[in-house]
Amino acid sequence: MDKLLKLLSTNSEFTTAEIATMLGEPEDYIKAQIKEYESKGIIKGYQAVVNWEEVEDSYVEALIELKVTPKKETGFDEMAEHCMAFDEVESVYLMAGGYDFALIVRGETMQEIAMFVAKKLSTMDGVVSTGTHFMLRRYKDRGMTLTNSEEFKDRRSLIL
Amino acid sequence: MIDYDKFLNKSVKSIKPSGIRKFFDIANEMDDVISLSIGEPDFQTPWHIRDEGIRTLEKGRTWYSPNRGFSELCEEISKYYKRRFNVEYNAKTQTLVSVGGSEAIDLAFRTIVEEGDEVIIPEPSFVCYEPLAVMAGGTSVIINTKNEDNFRLKADDLRNAITPKTKMVVLPFPNNPTGAIMERKDLEEVAEVIIENDLIVLSDEIYSELTYGGLEHVSIASLPGMYERTIVINGFSKSYAMTGWRLGYALGPEPIITQMVKLHQYGIMSAPTTAQYAAIEALKNGDRDVVKMRDEYDMRRRLVVDSFNAMGLTCFEPLGAFYVFPCIKSTGLTSEEFCTRLIIEKHVAVVPGTAFGECGEGFVRVSYSYSIKHLRTALERIGEFLKELN
Repeated sequence: MDKLLKLLSTNSEFTTAEIATMLGEPEDYIKAQIKEYESKGIIKGYQAVVNWEEVEDSYVEALIELKVTPKKETGFDEMAEHCMAFDEVESVYLMAGGYDFALIVRGETMQEIAMFVAKKLSTMDGVVSTGTHFMLRRYKDRGMTLTNSEEFKDRRSLIL
Repeated sequence: MIDYDKFLNKSVKSIKPSGIRKFFDIANEMDDVISLSIGEPDFQTPWHIRDEGIRTLEKGRTWYSPNRGFSELCEEISKYYKRRFNVEYNAKTQTLVSVGGSEAIDLAFRTIVEEGDEVIIPEPSFVCYEPLAVMAGGTSVIINTKNEDNFRLKADDLRNAITPKTKMVVLPFPNNPTGAIMERKDLEEVAEVIIENDLIVLSDEIYSELTYGGLEHVSIASLPGMYERTIVINGFSKSYAMTGWRLGYALGPEPIITQMVKLHQYGIMSAPTTAQYAAIEALKNGDRDVVKMRDEYDMRRRLVVDSFNAMGLTCFEPLGAFYVFPCIKSTGLTSEEFCTRLIIEKHVAVVPGTAFGECGEGFVRVSYSYSIKHLRTALERIGEFLKELN
């Protein structure tokens, strides 16, 4: 795997000078490389991993299973585009297995999400069935631990 | 009142307590210390390895292992040394699984060294060699490796240290605390002197997997004429982040290992059983974990070396282990003064180079076995400390 992308995908707050040092490359090269990735759309953006549960009282996420009938001409792509168009929808994945799409949907209340599924998703052309799973707690997200657990303290002893 | 002094063994009493200890005691009394002093991986043991340990515990496999270790583990160790370093050991007769590398070092000294024998120890190096050699009846002869040699052992220095009483040479590379390594040509030069003088080598290769800069660790046992006179020490602590499992091993000529097994048998019986099962899993399926951890250490290494050099504390490029050994002479402080003031004024703990031998004066050991976030904060504080000094 590209070391630069790997580094940025786990932590994008490094300066280009730090990245250059860590990877043993000239800083100009790193800058140019990042610019190229950005212009080619390989790097799509930089986001903070937020522990929303800590700041928002009303924050609900759900995973929605969607079974659909693929369209003759466009297959699953057209359906996916419809799903993506909703602001409520965070992520859209085409799945192998028991259902076709997995959607991550975000809202303020369970009721809001339930209504979104009932009114907007289920009624879409080609949707056969939906299944809604509310997330109760996020323990780990994008490789980061979200719980402030004792587990992750440095427990090493001071010995020799 | 009982006079303990009368009972206590004089050699034991003569051993100095580890110099690292003192700083840990100061650090322990403060609550917001940022430490760069710990000499063990910050990674957890990879899950599949822990899981294997748990699985065998669940199955109740908690009996002693054979004295020299489970045969499957010995086989895997033997395959590993062949695969990684191209040295072949017979799993039945040339391997011994020990309680950490440290036990194997102790056994090797006690098996080889007799009253009056001289043991050559390059310094700065890990704190255990001298006391253990002395307890085995030997006399230590210290070689000071130098900053300008990148702290490698030079053949001339070795030659000058040899007397008719010399029996054994310790080769602690990749080195704790300097991060120095010995490349093939360095080892070849040293090997020539060792063979010429008919000596035994104790090659402590515990940090072998942590070799950087695109280089591969070379075991001195792989050089012509050295296999028959080398006791290799290695283990799982550093390469697989398995320090607390306490598992190491010794590899060497059958006549030596046979005697070491006797000492191990009576003193220890056998290494921890659960740890041995976990170690089999580590050797079978852990190559990827090793690479992943090494890559992560490597990034930290570059960052830390670069930061020290930028701060004006010159630092040769360490190509092994997870330590950097910056020179602090430009501050006008001794190593001990530097470390004491740094911990009191900025609450950052590093270890004075003198804890690893007198020639460590003017240097400090900095461990980069910490997250990058932690390292950045510590380095910032060291930077402030240096500014305030001027």
